[in-house]
Amino acid sequence: MLNWLRSPASDTQVTHGQRLWLYVFATIVMILLVTPTVIVIPMSFSDSRFLEFPPQTWSLRWYRHFFGSEEWMQAARTSFEAAFLTMLVATPTGVIAAYGLHSSRVPFVRAAFMLLITPMMVPVVLVAIGAFYAYVKLHILYTMTGLVLAHSLLALPLVLIVTGSALKGFDPNLENAARSLGAARWKAFLTVTLPQIRFAVVTGALLSFLASFDEVVIAMFVSGGDNPTLTRNMFNALRDQIDPTIAAISTMMVLLTTALMILAQIFGQSKKDG
Amino acid sequence: MAAADMSAPDMNAAGLRRDERFERLRLFGLSSPALLLVLVILVLPVGWLFYVSFIGADGSFSLENYARMINRKSYARIFWTTFEVSVLTTGLCVLIGYPFAYFLAQLPQRFANLCLITVLLPFWTSLLVRTYAWLVLLQKNGLINNWAISLGLWDEPVKLVHNLNGTLIGMVHIMLPFLILPTYGAMRAINRDYINAAANLGASPRRAFWTVFLPLSTPGLFAGALMVFVLCLGFFVTPAVLGGGRVIMVSMKIVSNIELFVNWGAASALGVVLLVLTGGLLWIASRFVNLAAATAGGAH
Repeated sequence: MLNWLRSPASDTQVTHGQRLWLYVFATIVMILLVTPTVIVIPMSFSDSRFLEFPPQTWSLRWYRHFFGSEEWMQAARTSFEAAFLTMLVATPTGVIAAYGLHSSRVPFVRAAFMLLITPMMVPVVLVAIGAFYAYVKLHILYTMTGLVLAHSLLALPLVLIVTGSALKGFDPNLENAARSLGAARWKAFLTVTLPQIRFAVVTGALLSFLASFDEVVIAMFVSGGDNPTLTRNMFNALRDQIDPTIAAISTMMVLLTTALMILAQIFGQSKKDG
Repeated sequence: MAAADMSAPDMNAAGLRRDERFERLRLFGLSSPALLLVLVILVLPVGWLFYVSFIGADGSFSLENYARMINRKSYARIFWTTFEVSVLTTGLCVLIGYPFAYFLAQLPQRFANLCLITVLLPFWTSLLVRTYAWLVLLQKNGLINNWAISLGLWDEPVKLVHNLNGTLIGMVHIMLPFLILPTYGAMRAINRDYINAAANLGASPRRAFWTVFLPLSTPGLFAGALMVFVLCLGFFVTPAVLGGGRVIMVSMKIVSNIELFVNWGAASALGVVLLVLTGGLLWIASRFVNLAAATAGGAH
């Protein structure tokens, strides 16, 4: 141990001992970063009406409450449906836009790209009240269509950036070769280009699913009536009281997110290997 | 005959050029569904908000919605709170995030990737889940109060949530990844030979850090800090839950103006100010750093 402390940590002869404060600090930061994400998991299995850690008695009470409640189940169905449809709308829209902007060399490509990533920059409250107003006029307030369109707007920049950067690393001559051999442009895209960027497309799809599933503010304004989303109901419950059912929902959301992200990592990894 | 021969290649060239222009426009047209979506759901409604912000209570053109922000004390306090929370959050994120990114950058790549999971895990997790977790941890009989009392740090439960403290704790936790990721990226890209060269020329490790490493890492730090600041300005969920009504930021006033008072004029004017501030900052920043690259990590 002592030897390790005296050994150099960098090329400039700073020892591990001199860096000890940094290691301690970083460990604390890592614990603080992760704790709030994982602490709800054991808490959700408590039998108590009050959230406690560690739980005195274990039970699935709050999970039973969630799955037994028509209101929560309805909200979960709405959230999954919205996230799935958002994925189906945002992914193709974003991919063909990324391809179009990438291969078209008109002067206003850069301006169009900036416009398409603005949903990421504009404060989400503004997007929400703007959509709320527009939906009143279009008569799609509190409908699934409206919710999916607004969520697709948020997901679009994610798909665009991920597939756009994959296209930059793709050799356009491969597609040109296919076309000189007689393939139509759309066919060359589907059979040559798309398979090359498929990992980015899948990552973009997963990100758009999550973007919709986790979204709160827009859902607060444009989802309501008979089909509020899970996050909207959770937010309203949080303002009133600390309901342990939310710990159970949170646990399931953490697991879902982690699973999707591991999936995205696996896709990203195989891209590097192949 | 001869004249026709002369002009045929020219005509062909012109035709090809026309075809190419047409082809380019057709390719550009592929982005039209995306552009249409942004136009209908974002640009037009925000444009309408802009218009409404200049309409007074009597329906004619007026600046009363903006005058209200200057005349009323409550609005000044909201802007001050927003500014205060954003500056403090950004400052704390820099103080915590920079040394942490430095720590990651000094580790061997494999080990750093492992530690990076602790940054990415909260980054992916739903904002609402993390806010809820802090609410639980910080409440009066929460984990932190209980532990601190049993360790003897303080005698009776301290109010950690439903105030500025809780808001800041939650927001720093949520914003940290936005600072750490670009800063770490910039640090990884620094060629270690520069530091070694500085050391070779007689600089102490401290001096090599301050005069070589720090300046080379600032573009990443700057991009991250700006991202955090801009996101803080328009933040809603975390301050609304952890602030418990005592920390009122611009975005919350916009929401309450619509939900409680149905005052579109006041809400729109606040929205326009928020948008101009955000857009202005991003515009200034875009001249220094590549924003698309800085945000590519995902901003959900």
